[in-house]
Amino acid sequence: MRLSEQLSEEKVFKDPVHRYVHVRDKVIWDLINTKEFQRLRRIKQLGTTYLTFHGAEHSRFNHSLGVYEIVRRIVDDVFRDREDWNKDHRLLALCAALLHDLGHGPFSHSFEKVFDFDHEHFTQQIILGDTEVNAVLRGVDPAFPKEVAEVIGKTSQNKLVVSLISSQIDADRMDYLQRDAYYTGVSYGHFDMERILRVMRPREDFVVFKKSGMHAVEDYIMSRYQMYWQIYFHPVTRSAEVILTKILHRAKDLYHDGYKFKHEPVHFHSSFNNQLTLHDFLKLDEAVILYYFQMWQEEDDPILSDLCSRFVNRNLFKYVEFNPASEYKKLTELAILFTKAGIDPDYYLVVDSSSDLPYDFYRPGEEEERLPIYLLMENGEIRELSRESEIVDAISGKRRTDHKLYFPLDFLKDVSENRAVKEKILALLEI
Amino acid sequence: MLKEHAKILQVFHSAGEIVGRKKLQKMIYIAKKMSFPFQERFQFHFFGPYSEELTLRVEELCNMGFLQETMEKKGGYHQYRYTLTPAGREFLAVNQVDIPCLDDCFTDMNGQSARFLELVSTILYFEGLPKEEVAEKVFTLKSKQNYTQEEIDEAYEYIEKLKKKAQTPQ
Repeated sequence: MRLSEQLSEEKVFKDPVHRYVHVRDKVIWDLINTKEFQRLRRIKQLGTTYLTFHGAEHSRFNHSLGVYEIVRRIVDDVFRDREDWNKDHRLLALCAALLHDLGHGPFSHSFEKVFDFDHEHFTQQIILGDTEVNAVLRGVDPAFPKEVAEVIGKTSQNKLVVSLISSQIDADRMDYLQRDAYYTGVSYGHFDMERILRVMRPREDFVVFKKSGMHAVEDYIMSRYQMYWQIYFHPVTRSAEVILTKILHRAKDLYHDGYKFKHEPVHFHSSFNNQLTLHDFLKLDEAVILYYFQMWQEEDDPILSDLCSRFVNRNLFKYVEFNPASEYKKLTELAILFTKAGIDPDYYLVVDSSSDLPYDFYRPGEEEERLPIYLLMENGEIRELSRESEIVDAISGKRRTDHKLYFPLDFLKDVSENRAVKEKILALLEI
Repeated sequence: MLKEHAKILQVFHSAGEIVGRKKLQKMIYIAKKMSFPFQERFQFHFFGPYSEELTLRVEELCNMGFLQETMEKKGGYHQYRYTLTPAGREFLAVNQVDIPCLDDCFTDMNGQSARFLELVSTILYFEGLPKEEVAEKVFTLKSKQNYTQEEIDEAYEYIEKLKKKAQTPQ
């Protein structure tokens, strides 16, 4: 059995969601104090959402501590004496929970899209590479970093531990739904987590939930559904995300075209060249990115300076509902008119679809796509949630996708130049 | 704009009807590993590489009326069939996608079973590891599928064959 050195005195973090986060294991305390983990204080959990909900300034540091605390309660209280739970896996579960978001970069969704990498790659590199985190984990056992990396990468044979951190009802989602609701100030996103934890039961490869707790699970699924539409898919946040993505594209294109920046983007060089090393990655955080956006407002390139000014001063793109099925020809027409009006459609006319966003709904996992949520019936049988719950069945069967067309309305309303074309555009957009 | 949607439609134009969501997921993942320019991001899940972005994109294409989804009951579970609709063809005619070798590779993959493509995609997920370690991963992570060493060897041969196809325009 892998023994975990205990602190002489328990440490606690005051937390607005879980009240307290408890740390008794020295390895957890040491991991929190590494520079790679402290970096998460400088990465916002919800990216650009703070431009819509001003309270949403919480970081991935808070969230990671929250996920750790939920898993700690599961393994130390709920699972502790259960037959299917192997106590040897306790420390593995705690470390993986704490470190699961370690590879997230600044505004990671847009950043990863533009520079074509996955944060999971950097999570693996931080855990397995020459880092303080790796040194702490190796102190437990030389093989331990690899075990933790495999759980986070979901390639561990220990599927039960994987499912605690990554499944359709896991500690990650349970923390972020509640935390995001708290910091945005919305009234949805709340559910009875204590009840869910009480009805969780470990199985060999996954977790099941006692049927008696089905309504608490339904409440969680409803929270997830409402948070997606009200917070994560919010059209204003998506507008900020569109502009952010276009800034990064523009800066990258200018760099490759040999443009002379007034403020040389040294922190971006390896990203622009698709050679982002771990060393360079760890130097990036949101303070650095926002510094460049601030400085690039002074650039001679009118597109880069305009987009940065829009982001910094929250002068976002406006949007209209867009139905690709019936309006895709109109889109081609609009792109031509934008060019005629002297507005580059590559940067100023953007379709954003729900599939562009990094959030999902509950799906029953037909045809072995993903593991569903299982209920444990009184007779010992296991059944998929939507087959028992009418509410979940109604939500998971309902198709909802969404597309919006984003553009700078202020440019179009400025008719001092190209008046006729702009009026035609406004008419096409039905504004 | 809508380029990524058009690429997925092109897959159905090339391969014809695709039966099974799992099969579609594995086909796109394998194609990505063959350097075809799909942007959907995949993660390793309980049943191998899976992309939520792809699931949503297909759902969007069905909602747009560009893809037709038919659900059929198959024993204890549902299976889905996907075909390109006339509206989807019309969209593709306006938003043409030209990816060399795509037709040939997708036609070939569509002729394979979902079970075999699951094995191929799992092997590709661990392609950085030595062959013996990959086999070990398959035996432990996919223990319920009971893959044999012969099937693993066959999957490696298939990957090589597909790589050549992906580089040879017809």
